[in-house]
Amino acid sequence: MNIFNLLNAMPGALAQGLIWGITAIGIYLTYRILDIADLTVDGSLCTGGAVCIMMMLSGQNVFVSMLAATLAGMLTGLATGVFHTFMGIPAILAGILTQLGLYSVNLKIMGKANQAINVDKYDLLVSLRYIKDVPVYKNTILIVAASILILIALLYWFFGTELGCSLRATGCNGNMARAQGINTNFAKVLGLMLSNGLVGLSGALLSQYQGFSDVNMGRGAIVIGLAAVIIGEAVFGRIFHNFACKLAGVVLGSILYYLVLQTVIWLGIDTNLLKLLSALVVAVFLAIPYWKSRYFNRPSLKKGGRANA
Amino acid sequence: MLEIRNVTKVFNPGTVNEKLALDRFSLTLEDGDFVTVIGGNGAGKSTMMNAIAGVWPVDSGQILIDGMDVTKLSEHRRAAFLGRVFQDPMTGTAATMGIEENLALARRRGQRRFLRPGISKTEREEYRELLKMLDLGLETRLTSKVGLLSGGQRQALTLLMATLQRPKLLLLDEHTAALDPKTAAKVLETTEYIVNRDHLTTLMITHNMKDAITHGNRLIMLMDGRVILDIRGEEKKQLTVEDLLHKFEAASGEEFTNDKAILG
Repeated sequence: MNIFNLLNAMPGALAQGLIWGITAIGIYLTYRILDIADLTVDGSLCTGGAVCIMMMLSGQNVFVSMLAATLAGMLTGLATGVFHTFMGIPAILAGILTQLGLYSVNLKIMGKANQAINVDKYDLLVSLRYIKDVPVYKNTILIVAASILILIALLYWFFGTELGCSLRATGCNGNMARAQGINTNFAKVLGLMLSNGLVGLSGALLSQYQGFSDVNMGRGAIVIGLAAVIIGEAVFGRIFHNFACKLAGVVLGSILYYLVLQTVIWLGIDTNLLKLLSALVVAVFLAIPYWKSRYFNRPSLKKGGRANA
Repeated sequence: MLEIRNVTKVFNPGTVNEKLALDRFSLTLEDGDFVTVIGGNGAGKSTMMNAIAGVWPVDSGQILIDGMDVTKLSEHRRAAFLGRVFQDPMTGTAATMGIEENLALARRRGQRRFLRPGISKTEREEYRELLKMLDLGLETRLTSKVGLLSGGQRQALTLLMATLQRPKLLLLDEHTAALDPKTAAKVLETTEYIVNRDHLTTLMITHNMKDAITHGNRLIMLMDGRVILDIRGEEKKQLTVEDLLHKFEAASGEEFTNDKAILG
């Protein structure tokens, strides 16, 4: 239990937290804005990673590979969106179906369960080797942080446009949205694509960072992402009201999650129990609003249009 | 302006809960008609509204708005022609969005939404002026979330949103039923003002016979998914609640037993 071991591990945890922060932003879009719990994420994270690694192994440029990973992620969102809107399958089930299907797709993309990429032979954008003792412009933490700032700026702009507003209205109150002429099915599909595109990008960064993509790398991604969203809201919810700040809060939540995780590992917990711990933590945080309304009967804001959610 | 031809709608067909909600229902509205709609529970009033709005497809029949057949058009496409206010104040607005954002969404009803800004500066000024007319103090709270407003304020706002783009037809589905009497009167007054100002063709469902008689130039009563009374012109102007009850008995062959419709 050397405190220096923990301190040494922190930059790595920070980098992972940032990369997962992009996934968390994607999950925020579906879970908070569209009011859909989208389980596609567990599959699309790996799809992004697999596409990125395979393209780089075949000699493609890292940016082209990451763009392709993002587009692949968007396609998985499209699949879930079509299941949900065109085929009328409940959103959660639609996500599970896509996720299951993606397991095969991801295996087919990679040809086997795991594909490694050598950081010395390929020109990776991020890597766990690029955290210490590298020039500033190569530093993974700075690169990911800068990318996140750009993403947040883009999303902030988008959700202020007519199209973005129609997405927000769809998630808030579908009846109202349709009465105002918004195609809520289109809005949902678009939101799912946007979200999974971000998750695909996050997967591409993650697989570069760890030096491989693995068919199981997305397992529990939705829970980690939700944890980040919830922690971010719990810690920064009172000070962050602006939409861009809320997204930043979600990323900070993701970082906090990984810092805590690293600390717990350092304390010597059996790492096999980590997923159980994550699930329980998320369950408790999800229960808090319910407990609050039930046992601490404060008059609180009623949200409209939730009856058919 | 509106033509409903022989529309039939059955809910839960083939089950014990089968309900013939609209039975070869026909209705024609002239341009500028303000029609009040009354009828007991389950008479088909809201079903008629939802059929016009396209909430679900009808089983048979045709619906025409301004000569255009909209029977096969989806709900969001029909929205281009319709302004709607619902019974539940929660339904008509997006609670987590600001007052101005809700109005901006309504302003773009029937238009393609792309990557232009969701709201512009000139719009804000316009909305401020329009909100002043409601006299609810909303003009100083443009960015407040709609979820913070009272039921009456939300209904008034929804009314404004429904008429921001002049609709070919305004559908009011018991839009004052969930409000206290004083607020209800105020929202009705605003309704009357806007409908007269813009000469809107309007269908207004109400549970209150007095309101049904005082407002509009025409009154229809529904029962079992059909129009059983259609009173207009001079006859409508002379109408009293007693007349209406007698006419109902004559038309339906039974006594009007719905207390809520009489007293409400």
